[in-house]
Amino acid sequence: MAEIEHYTLNFGPQHPAAHGVLRMILELDGETIERADPHIGLLHRATEKLAEIKPYNQSIGYMDRLDYVSMMSNEHAYVLAIEKLLGITPPKRAQYIRVMFAEITRLLNHLMWLGAHGLDVGAMTMFLYCFRDREPLLDAYEAVSGARMHAGYFRPGGVYRDLPDTMAQYDKSPWRGKKKLKDLNENRQGTLLDFLWDYTEKFEKQVDEYETLLTENRIWKQRLVGIGVVSPERAYQLGYSGPMLRGSGVAWDLRKTQPYDVYAEMDFDIPVGRNGDCYDRYLVRVEEMRQSNRIIRQCIEWLKDNPGPVMIDDYKIAPPKRADVKTNMESLIHHFKLFTEGYCVPEGEIYAAVEHPKGEFAIYLVSDGANKPYRLKIRAPGFAHIASMDEVIKGHMLADVVAVIGTMDIVFGEIDR
Amino acid sequence: MSKQLSESINKTLKDKIVDCVLVNDEVTVELKKTDLLEVAETLRDHDDFKFELLMDLCGVDYLTYGQDEWETEHASSSGFGRGRDNADTTSNWPKERFAVVYHLLSVSLNQRVRLKVYVDENDMMIPSVVDVWNCANWFEREAFDLFGILFEGHPDLRRILTDYGFIGHPFRKDFPVIGELEMRFDEETKQCVYEPVTIEERILVPRVIRRDTK
Repeated sequence: MAEIEHYTLNFGPQHPAAHGVLRMILELDGETIERADPHIGLLHRATEKLAEIKPYNQSIGYMDRLDYVSMMSNEHAYVLAIEKLLGITPPKRAQYIRVMFAEITRLLNHLMWLGAHGLDVGAMTMFLYCFRDREPLLDAYEAVSGARMHAGYFRPGGVYRDLPDTMAQYDKSPWRGKKKLKDLNENRQGTLLDFLWDYTEKFEKQVDEYETLLTENRIWKQRLVGIGVVSPERAYQLGYSGPMLRGSGVAWDLRKTQPYDVYAEMDFDIPVGRNGDCYDRYLVRVEEMRQSNRIIRQCIEWLKDNPGPVMIDDYKIAPPKRADVKTNMESLIHHFKLFTEGYCVPEGEIYAAVEHPKGEFAIYLVSDGANKPYRLKIRAPGFAHIASMDEVIKGHMLADVVAVIGTMDIVFGEIDR
Repeated sequence: MSKQLSESINKTLKDKIVDCVLVNDEVTVELKKTDLLEVAETLRDHDDFKFELLMDLCGVDYLTYGQDEWETEHASSSGFGRGRDNADTTSNWPKERFAVVYHLLSVSLNQRVRLKVYVDENDMMIPSVVDVWNCANWFEREAFDLFGILFEGHPDLRRILTDYGFIGHPFRKDFPVIGELEMRFDEETKQCVYEPVTIEERILVPRVIRRDTK
């Protein structure tokens, strides 16, 4: 038999560990990776081009579908960009609601990441635990927007509507006894804020549970410690941001350094890694979940005490009340104009960045004064991270590829746009 | 903060840049492509700037800048006209057609800057900044793929987002949104075939340009 020294392996695009549609051409020497060439673009939908032919508000729905596990964070960057160009500031309550949901989104994203990362590396239970704990957060999404995932809840000028006073309850069914039904609905008796408060009280203990399963787990550490080490200097050169940058030991968080909305009023800490390997990034993200939980609690406390408007009072940008549309001619015209033509945004360009769960997510918006963006560029954090795949994975074993893909928290919706 | 930055850029790089403005609390530096690499290195290494991170790099096509799709003023002073023909195709954009836009971030000094380099349609070559910021590699591939901007000195300028064997640069303004080809699987020949698109392009909402926003 002829001896083969190097061979090329096609990984993906339908591999379950590829987190979507990643295709990688791996050059192997035995089991050691010599070169990795990721092929992306299999999920390219030209979001940026589609946004150019739509009025501003109609593209909010596209933002949800970029990074489809952290929906509202994408919307956040988009509405901030429009608001900056329009020169408007949403009411305080709307800002608090946005921050709260941005952090809920961070939990959603990190739980998804932890579950999938665990599953990739062999910790099956994590996947079940994380999905169990994502469920109440998705219910919160549903309560405010009517959609479990693609909310479309943030709008330029505030949020679509105020938080609901009641939560949806589980129905009677032949498969659930009375006792079970009562238990399920127990924390759904009050408002959405009560429901979330109850969740945050339990959450800390749930994170402890995950850590019991993983942090000191021998197999978990063998798979992650010392894998995919990135020094701070290289992290800069590779354009890292978010947990990837913090995992390498750089204390940089836009929520602290360039605060937007009401992040400046929040009390939270930024976890920083030391070695820049997969294990540190795991620890950073787990600690981030605890910090997000703290922020959510602060928001809930404020929101409970401070009712008020959640949308600016400008009918050129925000629709008038439904009842007014029925009775008032002027409101009807505003409503019609807003939903057919939209609003015009002053000429100029803006770069609005948010601390997305995955890193710096930003919208670069060029407006020529029309009711549609002239050019919209989405800066996706995952794009820069996956671009560094070749450098990070070189010299590792084939089995480490999934660990590195997992640690980069790759979601193709945002990378391919 | 931004004001200080724009002043120090104006001072240090005075003869290397075309323009440095502060709009919406953001510093935008316009420069010629011949000076790009030198300015980029100064911005990265100089003690006043320290832009270690290239956050974003993208192309912009200014072909139809400031043009509306439907005439809005003719039918009435405020309503829509119903005509859909967009006869006026001459651009009123005074500069070159394309621009490459760089967004830099300094983690140590907590500041941002935007660099803009205009590229002429007939000379799409621009120096690559891969050696200054390594992450430019994929961003430049993307700008090449979507706009056809060529980066001189790029190690591996391949298409990145579009299909294998794609022709054209889809984000240019003269590339139709519906695309040019559609693909289907042909049962008879048992292979994928490419054909010209059959769907019609429609504009549902007019592009309205009002200079007197509010």
